[in-house]
Amino acid sequence: MGSTITEKILARASGLDEVKPGQIIEARVDLVLANDITAPLGIAEFEKAGFSKVFDPARIALVPDHFTPNKDIKAAGQAKKVREFARKHQIVNYFEVGRVGIEHVLLPDAGMVAPGDVVIGADSHTCTYGAVAAFSTGVGSTDFAAAMAWGHVWLRVPETFKFVYSGTPSPWVTGKDLMLHTIGLIGVDGALYQAMEFTGPAIEALSMDERFSMCNMAIEAGGKSGIVGFDEKTTRYLQSRPDGSRARTAGQVFASDRDAEYSRVLEIDAAAVQPTVSKPHLPSNTAAAADCADITVDQVVIGSCTNGRLHDLHQAASILAGRKVHPDVRCIILPGTQDVCLEAIADGTMQTLIEAGCAFSTPTCGACLGGHMGVLAEGERAVATTNRNFVGRMGHTGSEVYLASPYVAAASAIAGHIATPEEVGAAKGGSR
Amino acid sequence: MIFEGKAHTYGRDVDTDVIIPARYLTTNDPDELAKHAMEDIDAEFVARVRPGDVIVAGENFGCGSSREHAPVAIRASGVAVVVAASFARIFYRNAINTGLPIVVCADAVTDAENGDVMRVDLSAGTVENVTKGKTYRSEAFPPFMQELIDRGGLLEYVKSRVGGEGA
Ligand code: SF4
Repeated sequence: MGSTITEKILARASGLDEVKPGQIIEARVDLVLANDITAPLGIAEFEKAGFSKVFDPARIALVPDHFTPNKDIKAAGQAKKVREFARKHQIVNYFEVGRVGIEHVLLPDAGMVAPGDVVIGADSHTCTYGAVAAFSTGVGSTDFAAAMAWGHVWLRVPETFKFVYSGTPSPWVTGKDLMLHTIGLIGVDGALYQAMEFTGPAIEALSMDERFSMCNMAIEAGGKSGIVGFDEKTTRYLQSRPDGSRARTAGQVFASDRDAEYSRVLEIDAAAVQPTVSKPHLPSNTAAAADCADITVDQVVIGSCTNGRLHDLHQAASILAGRKVHPDVRCIILPGTQDVCLEAIADGTMQTLIEAGCAFSTPTCGACLGGHMGVLAEGERAVATTNRNFVGRMGHTGSEVYLASPYVAAASAIAGHIATPEEVGAAKGGSR
Repeated sequence: MIFEGKAHTYGRDVDTDVIIPARYLTTNDPDELAKHAMEDIDAEFVARVRPGDVIVAGENFGCGSSREHAPVAIRASGVAVVVAASFARIFYRNAINTGLPIVVCADAVTDAENGDVMRVDLSAGTVENVTKGKTYRSEAFPPFMQELIDRGGLLEYVKSRVGGEGA
């Protein structure tokens, strides 16, 4: 019996010839991360336990992205704890405001993740890096503290749930739509404890940015990780990372064996998937965007670690170019990193979006978790390209969030209600 | 360890945003977090909960974010143990790592009603609904996790692993 890509990565990291689902291993970690919410708790645990040094100051990333630029005095205090710890332990990858980005866009884009790596992060969307054929998963602050001291993490080897996407998606259907559709099929615990392996011709055809966006939401199906196999798009992406970065110089490529064992295989016809939204209050509560035209919208958020990459902004801009955000709508752009901002300036995307009437934020999680920069009032409704629509996620418990792709979010911003690009007269083809 | 207290029952997919909303995550002080435990799913919870009480919930308890503030807030609110039909993965780890006792026992969840007196015996692996006079077997922890718990949590375990170098 062969092994899956996930099993091979975990076997290498734990120094074993092979591992099997259910086995508990101690895996060496290539990168450990935390943010301004989870790091302070982890730092407190690290210090309380009496540890005085980290396993490797170059393998830890501290990314204050959630409530920064500091939203209030308390948040400033938490950010300060992270900064002081980073200085004390000479953490190489501490990112100050002005250089910081949303962690799951920033770290792969900065070249900090290589194929075959094991990454753990005190943030549930750490599963994003599966897009570069790495194993990555979210943990809590105590696991983060332990990994900082130990350079290892205990893991239960997950079963792998394989998804095979056949067919060619229609022009307005993105990786985000495929993922929302998938979560709608299997439910928010449909992949509980499992690795989600995304395969098939429709995945091979996706841009890297869309693969990131699918892996990002593995946790929304209860998954431990999401992963896409290595191909020439992965190579191209890795080779365009900064000189000397880990993505350029390290890593090991693994692939699932033909006779690997899966807990389940689900075939999905990508050609039949429509532009999809997740209605309140669960990502699995999916519907066709075309069937939600009666849902009016107060706010649209485009960006976040799910859809805050350049390709996502291009998709949004392709709809908003030459049009105006509806007078009753606030449209907020949350770009992933400063580099995304610079590129959006250089190619005119930022101008297009601002001329359409969007507010362009600095990179921050901000509105995604109801933190700042766009909190919803009671009774307000948002369409967001983010990944969660739980009760109160973006503000008041009486507010609502609909999850969508950048295309649908941009079209909804123009229409003032949930809309497809066709409805607002966007030309077929979009930005692929 | 045996806990006995009143059940606070919830449905499936109780997420970390309702257990402790993100707007309160500008602190990691357990007592401050406890003031807002379960606030967005049950605004009366904090006023009602008594030390030793039991949260009883359906599948996928604790889904959503990795915030360890969730088990910390629940524990600091006075809750002794959470009984659920299943737990979301990160919450499960976090509960074990932070010392919040959790028990998987789907049958007990099905029968329990708000206010029932529950008795949970961790070492015997039983959950008893005292009000209804029924006893259920709970799922045992895998041996490695039992070892973590016995050693006093993950960081104690790691200390023994890294020895003198880091500690
Ligand atoms: S953008 Fe949203 S989902 Fe992503 S890391 Fe930030 S808060 Fe979490």
